[in-house]
Amino acid sequence: MNLEALRHKLLSAARAHPPADHVPYAFEKRILARLNSRPAPDLGALWARALWRAAAPCVAVSLLLGAWTLFTAQDSVAGEELSQDFEQAMLAVVGASEETW
Amino acid sequence: MERTEAELIAAVLQGDAASFEPLVQKYSPRVFATARRYARRESEVEDIAQEVWLKAYHKLSSFRGDAPFEHWLMKLAVRTCYDFLRAHQRNREAAFSELSEAEDDWLDRFAAQPESASADADAAKLLVEKVLAQLPPPARLVITLLEIEERSVKEISELTGWSVPLVKVRAFRARAEMRKILARIARDKYL
Repeated sequence: MNLEALRHKLLSAARAHPPADHVPYAFEKRILARLNSRPAPDLGALWARALWRAAAPCVAVSLLLGAWTLFTAQDSVAGEELSQDFEQAMLAVVGASEETW
Repeated sequence: MERTEAELIAAVLQGDAASFEPLVQKYSPRVFATARRYARRESEVEDIAQEVWLKAYHKLSSFRGDAPFEHWLMKLAVRTCYDFLRAHQRNREAAFSELSEAEDDWLDRFAAQPESASADADAAKLLVEKVLAQLPPPARLVITLLEIEERSVKEISELTGWSVPLVKVRAFRARAEMRKILARIARDKYL
């Protein structure tokens, strides 16, 4: 059997029988009734949903910051130098003020 | 005096829900015809149509008015139908039943003399419905839009939100999938 010809024939059959477009009685009234009966939005639920959505990015940011802190803390030599530089800079100000007096 | 579509939409956006009714009345036949392409049971068709209109109401503010309202609505309708197909994907495997006597006869006629099997026959229509019901959702959607509704690739891309190359790839796969299903039917029938 020629399957491609069969496929074309069946698709022609589908084209030859377009679906009906009738609408059930008073369908538009039902839609309007649904729209009018919509309950007021639950603010609590909206907040809860928003917080749940925010939870994953917050965890990701915390993990990234944690990892960054961990890896930078291992670089202790650079950390010590920084603290010494900081101390010298602070004491230099004190020393300078003592000399002035 | 009858209000224009733009006036009705503006009124709905200002909170006058009653102005939505003429829009529902005017475009429901198209929405129902679209839904009937993808769902067989009338209750499912009504659910889809209702979903389309509720979405249209809630998303109306996103309608910018640079294209006709009908186009915007049809996008929503097609996407809602696609969601429906995906949600009912599991029923697809079980949906295929044995061929009826009329479908069997039609296939026999086609096998003997392809020209003698009319495309207008009800049996052909039922058979194609069975075959389409076996297709995965993207394949069914693309075959319906491209080959049955005879829309262009660009139109399908706009309706579905898929890129043009994706539509082409899905159309290629869908045709192959359809041939596979037909081969299975032929094998089951003649072997």
